[in-house]
Amino acid sequence: MLMIIGSGVLKGLGVTLKTFLETYPWGRAMLRVLGIAKTDGLVTIQYPDEKQEHSERFRYFPFLVYDGTPDNLRCVACRICEQECPPQCIHIVVAKDEQGRPLKANGRTLPKQFDIDISICMSCRICVDVCPFDAIEMDNQYELSGYDRAGEMYFTKEKLLKSADYFKSIKPTEAAVVDQRLAAKKKKETPG
Amino acid sequence: MSLDQLFVDAKWALIRKLPEGLIPWASMLITIGVIGALAPLIMMYLTWIERKVIARMQNRFGPTRVGIYGLMQPLADGLKMLIKEDIVPRGADPLLHRLAPVLAVVPAILLFAVIPFGRNMAAVDLNVGLLYFLAVGSVGSYAIFMGGWASRSKFSVLGAMRSVAQLISYEVPSVLSVVGVMMVVGSLSLVDIVEAQAKGWFVFTPWGFVACLIFFLSGIAEVNRTPFDMPEAESELVAGFHTEYSGMKFALWYMGEFLEAFAVCALTVTLFLGGWQGPLIASWLLVFILAIVFATAKLLHPVIRALGVLLMGGLAIRFGSEPIPSWVWFLIKTYALVFVLVWLRGTFPRLRIDQLMGFAWKFLLPLALVNILAVGFWVLLPFPTGAILSVVLLVMSVGCLIRLNHPVALEPRTYILAD
Repeated sequence: MLMIIGSGVLKGLGVTLKTFLETYPWGRAMLRVLGIAKTDGLVTIQYPDEKQEHSERFRYFPFLVYDGTPDNLRCVACRICEQECPPQCIHIVVAKDEQGRPLKANGRTLPKQFDIDISICMSCRICVDVCPFDAIEMDNQYELSGYDRAGEMYFTKEKLLKSADYFKSIKPTEAAVVDQRLAAKKKKETPG
Repeated sequence: MSLDQLFVDAKWALIRKLPEGLIPWASMLITIGVIGALAPLIMMYLTWIERKVIARMQNRFGPTRVGIYGLMQPLADGLKMLIKEDIVPRGADPLLHRLAPVLAVVPAILLFAVIPFGRNMAAVDLNVGLLYFLAVGSVGSYAIFMGGWASRSKFSVLGAMRSVAQLISYEVPSVLSVVGVMMVVGSLSLVDIVEAQAKGWFVFTPWGFVACLIFFLSGIAEVNRTPFDMPEAESELVAGFHTEYSGMKFALWYMGEFLEAFAVCALTVTLFLGGWQGPLIASWLLVFILAIVFATAKLLHPVIRALGVLLMGGLAIRFGSEPIPSWVWFLIKTYALVFVLVWLRGTFPRLRIDQLMGFAWKFLLPLALVNILAVGFWVLLPFPTGAILSVVLLVMSVGCLIRLNHPVALEPRTYILAD
């Protein structure tokens, strides 16, 4: 019975000592000499110095896609995303002329204002799923700190605009699918 | 000049030229100054060691940001503590609230007066050194109760009550385990106790091993360290007796606690692990290891690394043939015990209050009493008989105590109506 009680205590001490040794090169060498199986030791990623590799599908806040130049938006201000957004963080105003008719550029209506309050956004990706024009996509930037919630965390159209090439660079697989879909749509439109 | 008596020689070189009447006073002043300066330093780096070791045991890095290897972290913490707001709760006793942390630190520093850090390196060789240590060491519990009561907070009072109960309980086995050392050495002076271990450390005798375990475990409990940290159990009592403390007063509590932990380790080394005695190993071996440490320290500047290796080379040439100095042995052993302290903290969860009290009264106390009998056998009977008798007695009593303390196995309850 003495052995049973003592062995439990010593076993626990052994586990922590092994973990302690595993985190040092000399400790790992010692464990190797003794023939004790070891793990990689320190698993902490020292964040500001080194960054974790994210998967391609990692997403954070949405952004607006443009083709070529920033005035060639894919968005037509249909306001579907605004209505579908669960926390209602998207705010869209359609660009209109003096008579109240929607303005058109490149044959499409366009938003005068497109704001996302990213302090409210919950990164659910519903806006991307409902967008019929693939005009909004998820970004993978996560270092978005600011001093002021109302000002800096309220992203306007200018801040949200990013090129289709950028989208291709951060999410090649998803961008390929989107491009394919857009190309198919274009082909269907052209003959008709 | 020898490496062993380096500090003693340095002190005498400083005060030799003074007039006759001033020498004792100057000697005292220097000793007090050195202890007063080293105590905060020891405490600061104990926190660093603790954080580093615990972090490594949990697969983390611990402090790395301030200074190389996070070595400046204690200074940053100290600065932070100093500029924090000093709060005395409304309705608290302001005088006692301010006095308590000071009262916790002062005895912890006083403990260092009698500890022999090396050959001829005890600040005072009191002939009742051991008694002094035990008496001054237990003053800390007054401070804890004072602080807990003066805070006018339920958590503080609960923590303080637990603390008093725990400290009184653990003082008994701790003192009784030391009785064996007194019986063998026949002196209460810590210097005499160390010198009596020249032939063999007490921890290598059967009674010494048991007494060492009892003393160290009750020591951990007396300084409120995990897994015996009932007075500040943060998951139950916020922070126990120092819930209402902030800023530098909070830091003083920590300082008292860490210094007492260090003193308990130092006293365990003194009483059972041979104090500053050590095997006669040539110093160049130690210097060689230090040189390797300097050479492989990746984060240091290459110039500093080269200078460190050169310094070690110089030391090896000058002092290489001498044995490793006594104060180095003492510090190695003490810090090894500090590591064990942190190791225990990193391994075991906190005991429940009834388990804690039960461990003191139902296991350590009877074992300490039996141990005194075992010492009697060891001292009075001729060698093989006494040794065998004491081993048999100790093994049997440990077995009996474990069996007696074993909880009664209850039969599985049957519910007649439910079945």
